[in-house]
Amino acid sequence: MLDVRNVDAGYGSTVILQDVSLRVEAGEVVTIVGANGAGKTTTLRTISGLVTPKSGGVFFEGEEISKLQPHDVVDRGITLIPEGRQLFPDMSVRENLLMGAHRRDARGVRSETLAEVLDLFPRLGERLEQHASSLSGGEQQMVAIARGMMARPRLLMFDEPSLGLAPIIVEQVFDVISKVAASGMTVLIVEQNVWHTLKAADRGYVLENGEMVLDDAAEALLRNDHVRQAYLGI
Amino acid sequence: MQTFLQIIANGLMLGGLFAIVAVGLTLIFGIVKVVNFAHGEFLMVGMYLTFLLTTGLGVHPYATAVAVIPILFVLGAVTQRLLIQPLMQARDEHIQIFATVGLSTALINLALLIFGADIANTPNYGVRSQIEIGPVRILEGQLWIFLAAILLVIGLQLFLARTNTGRAIRATAQNRAAARLMGINDRFIYVLTFGIGAACVGFGSALIAPLYPTSPTIGTYFVLIAFVIVVLGGLGSIPGAFFGALIIGLVDALSGFYIGSDLREAVVFGIFLVILILKPSGLFGTRVSQSHVSP
Ligand SMILES: Nc1ncnc2c1ncn2[C@@H]1O[C@H](COP(=O)(O)OP(=O)(O)OP(=O)(O)O)[C@@H](O)[C@H]1O
Ligand SMILES: [Mg+2]
Repeated sequence: MLDVRNVDAGYGSTVILQDVSLRVEAGEVVTIVGANGAGKTTTLRTISGLVTPKSGGVFFEGEEISKLQPHDVVDRGITLIPEGRQLFPDMSVRENLLMGAHRRDARGVRSETLAEVLDLFPRLGERLEQHASSLSGGEQQMVAIARGMMARPRLLMFDEPSLGLAPIIVEQVFDVISKVAASGMTVLIVEQNVWHTLKAADRGYVLENGEMVLDDAAEALLRNDHVRQAYLGI
Repeated sequence: MQTFLQIIANGLMLGGLFAIVAVGLTLIFGIVKVVNFAHGEFLMVGMYLTFLLTTGLGVHPYATAVAVIPILFVLGAVTQRLLIQPLMQARDEHIQIFATVGLSTALINLALLIFGADIANTPNYGVRSQIEIGPVRILEGQLWIFLAAILLVIGLQLFLARTNTGRAIRATAQNRAAARLMGINDRFIYVLTFGIGAACVGFGSALIAPLYPTSPTIGTYFVLIAFVIVVLGGLGSIPGAFFGALIIGLVDALSGFYIGSDLREAVVFGIFLVILILKPSGLFGTRVSQSHVSP
């Protein structure tokens, strides 16, 4: 479904990603793990069209999308739930969610999608008219995830959804991600919470200093010595 | 007492006129984050268009709005697309200021070339006749401008609050990077918003032209006052611009009568400086929105 081929990318003249390749098949949950500054966010931003590869290409269902504008990538069915939530602070929760359904294919069915999403996040139902900026960090992360789902994407990408959240909220976030995945959604997730993510994922990639050093089934990575030492602290 | 009421009425009417110019300016500033120094010249272009259409076709100046509004929309949209957008990558916002100042000068000189320095009087079709409202007398045209300003402010607010496009415009202003991730074409939003801001002043031109003689430099006077109003009302706030305009209109009228008409502008700009020092976010401003540079 998604095929990132030999991508070099970065900001200005700084190269961050070097020869990065990864694949995600329909229905899979795939994760990229790596330390701070490894280039995980840059990888997701490159797929989203916010960063244009210097060489190599990003293909989605056979079409090259690496030269598209971000809004065209969203139209193709790829949605990124960004690091740090990035809500619209002066909008209500409801408006934030409606903005998620801006994409052409999602707009017509947004009331149905809203009902589905609120089933998954009952708490947000009580907060619909509240300003997004007045919510707690955990609630804001839920809004960010719900907003991403409002786009009815075919590939949903999460960038560090558990960052800065209390352990109990982290559990809830991973619960939601498992439910989303169980519904058949294709998921690409970037996390520093490596154990949790590998538990939820089918396959994983390890990114170090902008290069993919390992890829394997999630269970195999959980048993891999390097992963255990470097990321699980075992 | 009668005189006082008359001055208040004059001030409010003037405020309505200022509001109709300031609303587009604050919209462009609030969303596109560009200070449009050519806004007054957009007004000037709109007033000349009204003059030409009114005299050429022999129609009521208000009727020319049907043509002036879309033409000004295109002028604004083209300005954003061809002048501002290429400079947005420059990352240095000052360059955009030089660009709009340059556009302003170019438009003034173009008008001088075409129309000369003489003033053009748009036929007023009776909108300069006085009407009495209780104890005060105002020009019919002033009342229409005042009502039009209220309609414009309400209309814009509803558009921004209730429509999909309006919501996308607000989202882009609040968090451009997130808006792009929602599938919003941010460049299109900026072109559209600049067009709408210019169209607002086009609407104003058709109403203002029959009351004020048009000259190549007419915009300079209005736009300076409009800047004061936009700062007073809180950068980017449309209701703020409306009430700010009423306040400045009243200040202008009251100081003109009680202090001396030569000192009106000194008082207005004095207030401008005081606001800048004491409350830079303006009377109605909540926060100064983030810049358009994506994180
Ligand atoms: N906008 C930017 N401009 C320049 N350099 C950047 C930019 N964003 C990130 N970088 C640099 O790119 C490198 C990779 O950053 P990236 O955000 O992709 O890492 P990450 O793996 O997501 O890290 P984290 O776990 O901290 O989120 C870092 O060295 C960072 O300093
Ligand atoms: Mg990151």
